[in-house]
Parts: sequence; structure tokens; C-alpha cells
Amino acid sequence: MPVRIVENKENKTVTAFLSGEIDHHGAKKMREEIDRAIDENLPSLLVLDFGEVSFMDSSGIGLVMGRYKKMRDLDGRVFVQNPSMHIKKVMRLAGLDKLAGIGDSSRKGVQP
Amino acid sequence: MKVLNEMKITFPSKSVNEGYARLAVAAFASQLDPPVDELADVKTAVSEAVTNCIVHAYPDKVGKIEICARIFENGEFYVKVKDYGCGIEDVKKAMEPLFTTCKNGERAGLGFAVMESFMDKLSVRSKVGRGTCVVMRKKFSQRG
Ligand SMILES: Nc1ncnc2c1ncn2[C@@H]1O[C@H](COP(=O)(O)OP(=O)(O)OP(=O)(O)O)[C@@H](O)[C@H]1O
Ligand SMILES: [Mg+2]
Repeated sequence: MPVRIVENKENKTVTAFLSGEIDHHGAKKMREEIDRAIDENLPSLLVLDFGEVSFMDSSGIGLVMGRYKKMRDLDGRVFVQNPSMHIKKVMRLAGLDKLAGIGDSSRKGVQP
Repeated sequence: MKVLNEMKITFPSKSVNEGYARLAVAAFASQLDPPVDELADVKTAVSEAVTNCIVHAYPDKVGKIEICARIFENGEFYVKVKDYGCGIEDVKKAMEPLFTTCKNGERAGLGFAVMESFMDKLSVRSKVGRGTCVVMRKKFSQRG
């Protein structure tokens, strides 16, 4: 499973734990699963966890940007957690750090 | 400059081959014993070039993609990704960051920007109706 979704109704938060390689081939399925969870829960915070993602190219940027737009339409926010050095580098190039919060601390649960 | 080693692969433009292509090139490049992060740069750049062939060059059909990688005597790594698809009308414009012809909003228009910033050199030649050829070069830093 490339995406594991955890819904927290009280906090109005959806967390998507992504794993494996995010490229054009794999992004569509991930996108669809995350969007289904957003549509069902209408959360105010979407957390994308990249802890288990080993590779990402600009298709991953498209994935984050698309979810950012969707959450913005709901007046919600996106938080990217646990990206590796490589993934941070790709995200910085796209200026994603300016759109979504990016952080490391996942172990305490959901933030910020 | 003398070529010390060379590899060539040809495969159909099916998206399942994106992973194969970047891994094959990275495996070849590992002969130069590059630092892990620089090998990830090569993987990412190749993934961008190959994805562009699949998404843009052959939008409604399956076509041929060719990759040639070389190792030069001076330690430079070279990789060429070539398609025989629709071609690019205005290469300069296509290479501008955030430029995309994709309509569904799921592409960032950053593929060329990634190739440019993750590799040392990038050159793109294209002819409408004939295809596109992307050449990238990188000199890995010495580990040590
Ligand atoms: N091999 C190709 N054949 C035909 N057109 C291409 C090719 N490569 C790129 N293009 C054109 O150049 C544009 C920019 O490419 P680039 O990779 O920078 O962005 P993108 O593919 O649209 O989005 P992203 O790579 O961020 O998912 C594309 O939208 C497409 O119009
Ligand atoms: Mg692209």
C-alpha cells in the first residue's frame, strides 16, 4: 500500500503516510486516495508524512501542490512531515516550503 | 575526451518503466563511486527526462525512448534521453520554471528546473514532429 490514511475526527485532521517512490507512475493512485479522504472528512489540517518515501521527483511536487490548492479551498492547511534530505531538496526547489509547513517531529503524533 | 564506458537502453514509453530507467542509469553511474546524494540527483534528473517523454512526447501512444550513458576519462558522467515524439515548439519557453502545457493542474512545470539544478549541464534539442533529445552532464565530487 503506497498510502496509509489516518483520520482524526476530533482534531479535524487527516494524516497520509506515503511510502515508496513517488513518480508519475505512482502518484495518481496516491493522489486519489488522499483526495477521497479529504472529500470524506473535510479536514482543516492535512498532514503528509514522507518518512517512508525513498524517492520523489517533480510528480511529488505536483502532488503536494495539488493537495495544497484543495485544502486552501477548504480554508485548511497542509503540513509536510519527515521528509528526507533528498525530498527536502526537491521541495525547496519548488518553493513548497513557502506553501506548506515542513517539519520533522512526527513521533509525538499530529502537529503543529 | 575519451569514453571509458558506455551503456544504452531502449524501452517503450510506459510509465512503469520510469523506475527501471532511473535505476538502470544510477546503477551504471555507481561505477564512479559517487556520494549518495549526488547519485539521487542523477536519479531524479533522469526520472524527469523520461517522464517528459512518456507524458508529453507520446501523449496518446506508446513510442520508443532511448537512453545512452557514458563515463569519460576525466570522470565526467553523461546521460542522453531521446524520444521520437511530438517535439517542443519553443524550447526556451518550455525550460522556464513553472511553464507547463499540462491542463489538469497536477504537473508543476518544474521538470527542466530540476534537471538544471541537479546536474552540472543540461542541453535540450527538439524538432516539432521529430522528437526531443536531452543531454545532461555531471562531475561527481570526490569522496573522502
Ligand atoms: N520530451 C518532450 N516532448 C515534448 N514536449 C516536452 C518534452 N519535455 C518537455 N516538454 C514540454 O515542456 C514543458 C515543460 O516541461 P517540464 O518537465 O519542465 O514541466 P512539466 O513536465 O509540464 O511538469 P513537471 O515536470 O513538473 O511534472 C512540458 O509541459 C511540455 O510541454
Ligand atoms: Mg516534466
